[in-house]
Amino acid sequence: MKHTLQQIFHSPNFVIGFVIFMVLLLTVIIYPLFITDAPLGIIAQGTFFEPGIYVNVYDSLGATPYTLQLNDAATKRIENKLKAQDRQDMQDWLKADGVPANQIDITNTASLLGLWQKNYDPNKSFPGMTYARQRYYQRLDASLKGLLSTSGVIIASQDPETSALVQSGTVQQTDYVNIGEVANVKVLPLGTDNFGRDVLTELVRATGVSLEIGLVAGVIATLIGLTLGLLGGYVGGLVDDLIMFITNLFTVIPTFILLILISFSIGQEQRGAVTIAVVIGFTSWVWTARAVRSQVISLRNRDHVNLSKLSGHSVAHIIVADILPYIASYVVMALILQISSAILAEASLSILGLGPRTTEVPTLGLMMNWAMIYQAEILGKWWAYFPVLIVIALITFSMNLMNTGLDQVFNPALRA
Amino acid sequence: MKGYLRYFLNKLVWFLVTFVFAFILNFILPRLMPGDPVAGIVGKMAQGMSNATGVQAIYKQYTELFGTNKPMIEQFFIYVKNVFRGDFGFSFSQYPRTVGNVIKSSVWWTVCLQFPAIIVGWIIGNALGALAAYLKGGFDRVLMPVSIFISNLPTFGMAVILLVFFAVDLKWFPSSGGYGFDLLPSFSWKFMWSVIVHYQLPFWSIVLIAIGGQAIGMRSMSIYELNADYVKYSRFMGIKDRTIVGYVFRNAMLPQITGLALSIGTMVGGALVAEIIFSYPGLGTTLLNAIMGGDYPLISAITLIITVMVLIANFLIEIVYGFIDPRIKAAQSD
Repeated sequence: MKHTLQQIFHSPNFVIGFVIFMVLLLTVIIYPLFITDAPLGIIAQGTFFEPGIYVNVYDSLGATPYTLQLNDAATKRIENKLKAQDRQDMQDWLKADGVPANQIDITNTASLLGLWQKNYDPNKSFPGMTYARQRYYQRLDASLKGLLSTSGVIIASQDPETSALVQSGTVQQTDYVNIGEVANVKVLPLGTDNFGRDVLTELVRATGVSLEIGLVAGVIATLIGLTLGLLGGYVGGLVDDLIMFITNLFTVIPTFILLILISFSIGQEQRGAVTIAVVIGFTSWVWTARAVRSQVISLRNRDHVNLSKLSGHSVAHIIVADILPYIASYVVMALILQISSAILAEASLSILGLGPRTTEVPTLGLMMNWAMIYQAEILGKWWAYFPVLIVIALITFSMNLMNTGLDQVFNPALRA
Repeated sequence: MKGYLRYFLNKLVWFLVTFVFAFILNFILPRLMPGDPVAGIVGKMAQGMSNATGVQAIYKQYTELFGTNKPMIEQFFIYVKNVFRGDFGFSFSQYPRTVGNVIKSSVWWTVCLQFPAIIVGWIIGNALGALAAYLKGGFDRVLMPVSIFISNLPTFGMAVILLVFFAVDLKWFPSSGGYGFDLLPSFSWKFMWSVIVHYQLPFWSIVLIAIGGQAIGMRSMSIYELNADYVKYSRFMGIKDRTIVGYVFRNAMLPQITGLALSIGTMVGGALVAEIIFSYPGLGTTLLNAIMGGDYPLISAITLIITVMVLIANFLIEIVYGFIDPRIKAAQSD
């Protein structure tokens, strides 16, 4: 046993898969200890906030200001405020005014602003330019002037009795706050989803639930497959015929379609994560049963099994003591494959809107489904679906790598 | 030959029995779904009608037309009789179209999408797998993890990634449908071009995943064969490497061909999700709509088609294997 384990952990494939899987598993276990927010708690008003650090504006106004004299602060501020569309419009105006196109560089904020200040005349109108358009340029110019001003902003609060605004402080352009002194800072490494929930917290919980679903479904499928395979393979005769018949029946009705039909008949209300796991388990045992059966048939007439039979051991004893140990490695590999395919099955079901009901726990498939319904992929909100895909792929990838590693240990012919 | 005939008949009987049970399951399972589909149609028909007796009459007429007022057993025998005449009845969700009509308009989309995709994926995957086994070294070390990773992406994952990259960001291909929404099916160049453009993303999302899976399988088989005694013996005999590779390839091919036959058999049910994500007008999308609309004549018919195809593929494989595989031949003489 010790030797086998040593061999397994010398296989690079297995080790890489194992490490990836353990990292995922540990994240699922440890993350909730530190961040105890409800995974489905709606925190954001609005959909799809970008990943980033969110600093409370109100609190930062109250925090102690520090003055930092940074040279490029003004340029950065203007660059950030000046949208691509504004730059385009400024270029259009300058071109119409007769500035040669090769002098205008809309990516260089300083030169663009310089040209604008030199040439712009609010009263000038070009042929074909509507009055609304002229007004638009006047507004743009005014806002640019606002951007270029160096005076601070006055903070005022309303006097409760007179309703008059009373100045309570000013914010200079050189004022900074230390983020550590601001009371409320929320880090959203993966932004928020369509319902305004923290994607990372949700994702960690969803990974946990999907792994549970995979485990439950995989264990059920492997147990059914193992039992039927052992019975069919060892007992043979009518039992074998019957089992093969059931197995064939389940082979010809594609599992996924069976899964769709059953989950739809159960109805949205009754479908919890566990129910889905059980349904997946009960529909996906077929190939395990077949494979175990054929392995058992090849073992059935081995000498040690015959010896055991001659010694008068019971069928149960022979199966447990003389056959199971020989297919144990195979069963473990089958279990790993079953778990990973169950996770995929849940995800595919949920994408079709036939997954677990949506009110209790997130699963990887449900997160995918929500992102698809709210068209995250069309809107370019990558953080709502891409991390989910990566996690799904990493789970199945790590499990298959482990499997390949085990395969290489137990089937030495494959070791290239 | 007598042994083979017995083997053949034995298999045939089992397949027929399996077919009957699968047929019954196909009939019953969709009908266990909750909700009354006829009520949905009547609701649509009777929109704006305030006369309760009128609505009642319409409801009665439709239940009689669809036969849903009869007991399940009687419905089953009527269904069997009709199916043998090739009549699958009316589709509930797309009434007054018949099920045959709905399927006829969608099945070719699926077949034309899946069949070439499976073949192309199979050929490329096997070639890469065999190369990896033969060349080993760097090629193998790069190809294997990549193949495993790609084949482990769920179909919808590959579909979404291709969709975002090529349809949303680069805008090379349209994101959904089988042809432009402003066109009617016809044999014009414009329509053909639209079909070809819409074809690319679903096609490649299926092909890429198939390549990964096939490459892994072919690599294992080839390595297994390359270490076999006959290869060493041939080397001792001084047979040219090229010829040996030919032998190995042919032997490693056999299980792969089984895989190909199976995936052609299961193709209709194989990539439902890819079709659904691209709203491709094939059987997958039709099936999903049928399930959502509680349209069990349509569901039964589609699952029946899938079942029959899988059944035939399995049967053919077993029959052909009975001819080829000496071990099965030996078993027949027992």
